[in-house]
Amino acid sequence: MAEAKILTEFYHLPEYQTLAGYKSKGGYETLPKALKMQPQQIIDEVKASGLRGRGGAGFPTGMKWGFLPKNGEPRYLLCNADEGEPGTFKDRMMMERAPHQLIEGMIISGFAVGSNKGYIYVRGEYVYPIEVLNKAIKEAYAAGLLGKNILGSGFDFDLDVYRGAGAYICGEETGMISSLEGLKGQPKLKPPFPAVQGYLRKPTIVNNVETLAAVTYIVKDGAQAYRKFGTEKSAGTKLFSVSGNVMKPGNYEVPLGYPLIDLINKECGGMKPGRKLKAVIPGGSSAPILTAEEVGKANLDYESLAGLGSMLGSGAVIVMDDSQCMVDMLGVLTHFYAHESCGQCTPCREGTGWLDKILHSILEGRGRLQDIDLLIKVADNMKGKTICALSDAAALPVLSFVNKFRDEFEFYVREGRSKVKGTTYAEMHH
Amino acid sequence: MFKLSEQGLANVKAELARYEAKESAIIPSLYIAQKENSGFITPDIIRHLSQVMDIPEARINEVFKFYTMFNQEPVGKYHVQVCTNISCALEGGRELASHICHELGVKYNEITSDGRFTVSKVECLGSCGTAPMMQVNDTYHEKLTPETAMNLLRGMK
Repeated sequence: MAEAKILTEFYHLPEYQTLAGYKSKGGYETLPKALKMQPQQIIDEVKASGLRGRGGAGFPTGMKWGFLPKNGEPRYLLCNADEGEPGTFKDRMMMERAPHQLIEGMIISGFAVGSNKGYIYVRGEYVYPIEVLNKAIKEAYAAGLLGKNILGSGFDFDLDVYRGAGAYICGEETGMISSLEGLKGQPKLKPPFPAVQGYLRKPTIVNNVETLAAVTYIVKDGAQAYRKFGTEKSAGTKLFSVSGNVMKPGNYEVPLGYPLIDLINKECGGMKPGRKLKAVIPGGSSAPILTAEEVGKANLDYESLAGLGSMLGSGAVIVMDDSQCMVDMLGVLTHFYAHESCGQCTPCREGTGWLDKILHSILEGRGRLQDIDLLIKVADNMKGKTICALSDAAALPVLSFVNKFRDEFEFYVREGRSKVKGTTYAEMHH
Repeated sequence: MFKLSEQGLANVKAELARYEAKESAIIPSLYIAQKENSGFITPDIIRHLSQVMDIPEARINEVFKFYTMFNQEPVGKYHVQVCTNISCALEGGRELASHICHELGVKYNEITSDGRFTVSKVECLGSCGTAPMMQVNDTYHEKLTPETAMNLLRGMK
């Protein structure tokens, strides 16, 4: 089965960005239906759909909504549009091409969870998507789709965009909440979970852009229609951002469970002429890497990738061909995580920096053979010991790269140059 | 001594009124001040914002220092930020960054002698499918080659 476009069908139409264009394709037709339902009915429908959070963690959305306290205390709906996971660019496309789809999803979700105030927290670099969203929000207010007494339903919902300022950690939901509160974007200990104590210590639901956009489809066509796509445990479609050494990188919406090799060969046109597939990071930079052989066995769903020791993550598929040096590529990743650690937890703050230093000493020809085991030891000691998952995110690529491509690391240490490229780091890049 | 313009001051006050917690206005206010100070923040600015917002300097300072989009040093008229993270690295992002520096005759984070450009390496900008890329001030330029990147930059006066 090729692409199944239930979210992205009209993304190629420039007019879909506007209220009129969105409405011409059935946009905002689901909202009146939703506002006539009981909020619990919507939550039940989302639970029945099997929708899992599309930001990376894959937590069941309806279940997350169910954690909210039952009393009428004010609560917030936050859309996580920070999208900082390297390799991921799907939410940017949704915001640029279909802002009203997100807005409609947020109004419906806000109604379902009893929130009258939503924020879309967008990474600071996304200046154009922020402009598009602000324009669309203005249109929605003018049309009575946001604000007081939406469509005469008695439901009020205000929506605002908050511009982040450059910090990967703000993609973690409690880091994002800290940032919105005007603090350093440092994550908070859980529990309490945001659903109980989130933004300004009020109950808060945090969902990804793609997740919220999918809610509209689920309410429109029902949970069973959504379940027709995907697998039993990984229902629906998913947007995959494909980058790296393929012929046609880009965003592709396919049903969950779709074979990874088909995504690469059929949707993305395969590898570049004369090159062979070497490895794939299947779920954003923090997902353990798969060898070409493993890629052939992988399906794009939560269970299949977990079974191969990796993860679906944000759906960012980073493809590498046989010209790439794994030591060099891991150096890029360790540098990133060392740069982005918020510094709050010692195993992460020190561990990411240490990994980066060891890797770069190998790349610069100063490595020792025992450094390879040291990388593994440090990474092993970073897992599961910190407030948030950034430390794990830094450790997992190290463990998988070193374990699966150890010969390249050993060659580099012995020879002081890349086994694949035949050159030193300095010759490669300067 | 830095002071916000009349409009800048009004904008900061509007941000303060916008949120239930006034601290939420720190990031938007730093953006406003940075724009009014040619693209970077100084201790003077922090002091001024502290007075305007009635928030301790240390609170504003910790936010300023945490986020990469607030510049601690002056930048050129055009801040050229080249992504060198993994997807761009696979498609030549690092070579692109070093080519631009070489052509402009600067090291990373230096300002060209005519004051026009600063070149920085940055982490992932979410443009992975259109790598390699650079952000010049607020605008993304994608699917670059060293030649197309330099043609774009040479056209910026």
